[in-house]
Amino acid sequence: MGGNVIEVEGLTKVFGDFTAVDHISFSVAKGEIFGFLGANGAGKTTAMKMLCGLSRPTSGHATVAGYDINTEAEEVKRNIGYMSQKFSLYEDLTVYENIELFAGIYGMKRKDISRKAVTILKKLGFYSERKTLVKSLPLGWKQKLAFSVAIFHGPKVVFLDEPTGGVDPVARRQFWFMIYEAAERGITVFVTTHYMDEAEYCNRISIMVDGRIEALDTPAALKRKFGTDSMDSVFYQLARGAKRSE
Amino acid sequence: MTMKQFFAFVRKEFRHVLRDKRTMLILLGMPVAQIILFGFAISTEIRNIDTALLVPDMGENVRKLSEKFDASDYFSIVTVISDEADIDGLFQRGDADLVIAFSPDFDENMYTSEGSSIRLIADATNTNAASAMTMYASNIIGDYVSGIAASSGMYGVSGVQPNIRMLYNPQMRSAYTFVPGVMGLIIILICAMMTSVSIVREKETGTMELLLVSPTKPIVVIMAKMVPYFVVSMVNYLTILALSVWLLHIPISGSFWALTLLSVIYIVLSLALGQLISTIAKTQVSAMLMSGFMLLVPVLFFSELLFPVDSMPLVFRWFSDLIPARWYVIGVKKIMIEGLPMFYAAREFIILSVMAAVILGVSLMRYKNRM
Repeated sequence: MGGNVIEVEGLTKVFGDFTAVDHISFSVAKGEIFGFLGANGAGKTTAMKMLCGLSRPTSGHATVAGYDINTEAEEVKRNIGYMSQKFSLYEDLTVYENIELFAGIYGMKRKDISRKAVTILKKLGFYSERKTLVKSLPLGWKQKLAFSVAIFHGPKVVFLDEPTGGVDPVARRQFWFMIYEAAERGITVFVTTHYMDEAEYCNRISIMVDGRIEALDTPAALKRKFGTDSMDSVFYQLARGAKRSE
Repeated sequence: MTMKQFFAFVRKEFRHVLRDKRTMLILLGMPVAQIILFGFAISTEIRNIDTALLVPDMGENVRKLSEKFDASDYFSIVTVISDEADIDGLFQRGDADLVIAFSPDFDENMYTSEGSSIRLIADATNTNAASAMTMYASNIIGDYVSGIAASSGMYGVSGVQPNIRMLYNPQMRSAYTFVPGVMGLIIILICAMMTSVSIVREKETGTMELLLVSPTKPIVVIMAKMVPYFVVSMVNYLTILALSVWLLHIPISGSFWALTLLSVIYIVLSLALGQLISTIAKTQVSAMLMSGFMLLVPVLFFSELLFPVDSMPLVFRWFSDLIPARWYVIGVKKIMIEGLPMFYAAREFIILSVMAAVILGVSLMRYKNRM
């Protein structure tokens, strides 16, 4: 499979007579930042859930980090990180306790956890807040922390489901800086987003419409192809043809 | 690997529970409050009944009987009237709950063929209270009559007197009934409500998703959730026992360990029930309401805490057989109050174990299927 961390071939999910994801195929290279775009109800979340081993495909194949999602879901889960659109850390635990919990879930040793946590917290400038309850942090901080927790155990791929919802542009820029840093260290980033300026930050993007991938290329190539200079317009031209919406 | 994960989760669950001080206070304070309420404030025994005497003609027997009533803890004589027409007024004004009405010429007629009579007129708006006070009064009258019958050699007057012996609870204290009931109620409420709410909370906040994409097995998450509430329930169990032994003076007549084993089974059952509710409920509020209505009401009505199940219509008795709390309460009564060896509670042990296994099995299956 070469340098591809995610390989998807004809992946399909059918709920009753509704085909949420319709034979999608793509691959993502190691260290790539892959943007997964689509209107609400286009099937993004369903596709992502299958790749994370949360939901079984109706048909089709996919490997994530070299493991088959149909037969090796446990191994897939061990090698990925996940951050969901709802801010997902425990609000009533402290910053450090959250790190400790998730690292513990992934089987890290306590000694390693505390050493690595100190390094990361210092780098984020959160070290003085390590005993603060997460609920009293500002949203931008929480998201940075959630991302750090998602990649703390050193996953091969990190799935980010609309990670920057609700924060200001400055915090978003800082967040993307962290994503770039992770990608440079070789972590593949699979990210869904609503913000078209964020789509520009990705190496390649795919746009889903009605359960199918209608476009997949670098942002620059897509803009050329659709004869426009904004991602917004590319997205709009594709999404306009959608039959279904939420 | 799995054990380490498990302990990471258990630590987290304890932090959730311990950090929420207010809930903690309610959890640990509830059994204390309930025992004290049931023990002292709410009582099915009736004392100091406001009693009026209707005495048309005073006589020696009337006087002695009245003194007996007055001396009893149950009655306090508020007034003595001589005119039958005043009775209605007493009840209407709320001056009396019971009127003991002697027939005219009570003393003289006692030894004539006409005979004497005593009527007991009770305010029956509270039926339980009414039957209790008339029963107490009948006993006093019966005692007195058989006393004078014996002394005068007129055995015929007394007839056959039942000789009543109250087993296991000689003083007829209601605490003997409610302590097992409160145990059954508290344990199931705390375990089921708290577990279901805490699982549903994770679904609501989205953290459950995070756990599911991790390599953790769902059973590890669920088991870890049960640990802190298991501990809280054991603390509650011991608190209730301590309060009932030292505050209400109800001894544990049977084996403490048998009682504890029974309670552990019941606690596990309740935790599993909470887990089952969490697979149905979508929000914390609905989890709370579901455990409230589905558990509180049946437990109150069908666990013999308030009402005797044996006197209910057949359909309700069948239904009550399905209520785990009922079997637990029966088991606790057998071991704690009656002091029977564990063998005699075998039926309760078996039924509760089977119920626990079934509920646990179903809830784990449902949990797996939903993921």
